Amino acid sequence: MSTGTGSGTSSWVTMTVNGVEYRRELDNRTTVLDLLREHLGLTGAKKGCDHGQCGACTVLVDGRRANSCLLPAVAQDGAEVTTVEGLAAGDELHPVQQAFLDRDAFQCGYCTPGQLCSAVGVFAEAAAGHPSHVTDPGRASGQGPVELSRAEIRERMSGNLCRCGAYPNIVAAIEDVTR
Amino acid sequence: MKPFGYQRPATVEAAVEAFAATPGARYLAGGTNLMDLMKHGVETPAVLVDVSRLPLDAVEELPDGGVRAGATVRNSDLAAHPLVHDRFPVLSQALLAGASGQLRNMATTGGNLLQRTRCGYFQDTSAACNKREPGSGCAARDGVHRDHAVLGHSERCVATHPSDMAVALAALDAVVELYGPEGARTVPVAEFHRLPGEHPERDTVIRPGELITAVTVPGTAAGRPSAYRKARDRASYAFALASVAAVLDTDEDGTVRAVGLAFGGLAHRPWRARLAETALLGQRLTEEAVARAVDAELALAEPLRDNGFKVPLARNLAVHTLSGLAPARSPQRL
Repeated sequence: MSTGTGSGTSSWVTMTVNGVEYRRELDNRTTVLDLLREHLGLTGAKKGCDHGQCGACTVLVDGRRANSCLLPAVAQDGAEVTTVEGLAAGDELHPVQQAFLDRDAFQCGYCTPGQLCSAVGVFAEAAAGHPSHVTDPGRASGQGPVELSRAEIRERMSGNLCRCGAYPNIVAAIEDVTR
Repeated sequence: MKPFGYQRPATVEAAVEAFAATPGARYLAGGTNLMDLMKHGVETPAVLVDVSRLPLDAVEELPDGGVRAGATVRNSDLAAHPLVHDRFPVLSQALLAGASGQLRNMATTGGNLLQRTRCGYFQDTSAACNKREPGSGCAARDGVHRDHAVLGHSERCVATHPSDMAVALAALDAVVELYGPEGARTVPVAEFHRLPGEHPERDTVIRPGELITAVTVPGTAAGRPSAYRKARDRASYAFALASVAAVLDTDEDGTVRAVGLAFGGLAHRPWRARLAETALLGQRLTEEAVARAVDAELALAEPLRDNGFKVPLARNLAVHTLSGLAPARSPQRL
């Protein structure tokens, strides 16, 4: 089966965001970030650089962190997206949200939603045993989760910039959750 | 961004047909480079042919101990795959040295190779750039060019190819599998990207409408000592100022039986250091022998006004990385 609009420049897109299914007709230029912010009223994910360089737009797509500013929504038709609004279970904050509060891991807060979603992605990647640039290359595959040292956290979170420079407390907050 | 159509064919054949039937079409995989360039107004496709869901997402073991990675395998998955991580450490390390965790989850094997060879002026539509607009000139040659090429550049273009993965693949004798209107063919990764010459607008030897379907890494180098080393302006999430991929096979007394050496960040394509390799074959792997071989290669360098630092940087990276791969029992280990 082939999908698409041929010469048209808009498409119907179905997406499940934080457990709720939405269906919208969108200009093909609409990114997942713009869909969230402009069409669904979910303004947690932020537009920083809009070029995939700052990480403020980070969300989880089918459980994996991605820069939503570089994802055409039409190409994510059928995806399950989790934004910062979907991390908490009701009134109970996700452990990493609570850790950011406890550690004062932000100043202006603009990058925080992306930092939080990215951190949740990092936990899953480390739990799956995925190596990073700073993981010992001699560590063979299949040895279980990678322990998130401070060096691992800093490397794995490098796609999320914080222009207030709250990095020390961001790393500390993420480290708290791993303990 | 200009409006565009969107198609998502279900098979490779249908994708190639859709591309051929549509003037101004572009293939879309992870989109990490293409979408960025569309936002800059550098790319203005009429239609995106989405190939990201084609059944090209397998990582398979080859009978010779090598590995075949489908074009849509995500960079993060390829880096973590046991076949890659345990047999070809240089490839896993190169992938993990590139971009950010988010981008590696999005970017694909095929798209990584087909990201544009580029510089800041290419992405700035107000600047002269022969790659973006043939004949318009090169703002980088006398501009800000600290990050630019020192090897194989031309009067027309001094941009570098930013991929880390491709540098490792070049050193591993990997092969690109292509499918297009004229059928299937293969091209070695080391010959896939072009030097700019008179036509910097063409980054690779891919033909119009061709699609990368897979990359194969032959089993020859499986299990050999290998490593990727990258120097950049910050500790993570930056393009290479210079990088080196090295794969080594020595006998017990440290004599080089085979070596693959490639540089990143120095040229319009991954720079396979054939001169250095030839000089090392049959030699004992001493620091002096490595330095002589690498110097022979880098004697080809023609630095620009502000990027001469790349030559000693690349030299030291190569000497350190290759020497570090020497067998532990060898008295020559450095």
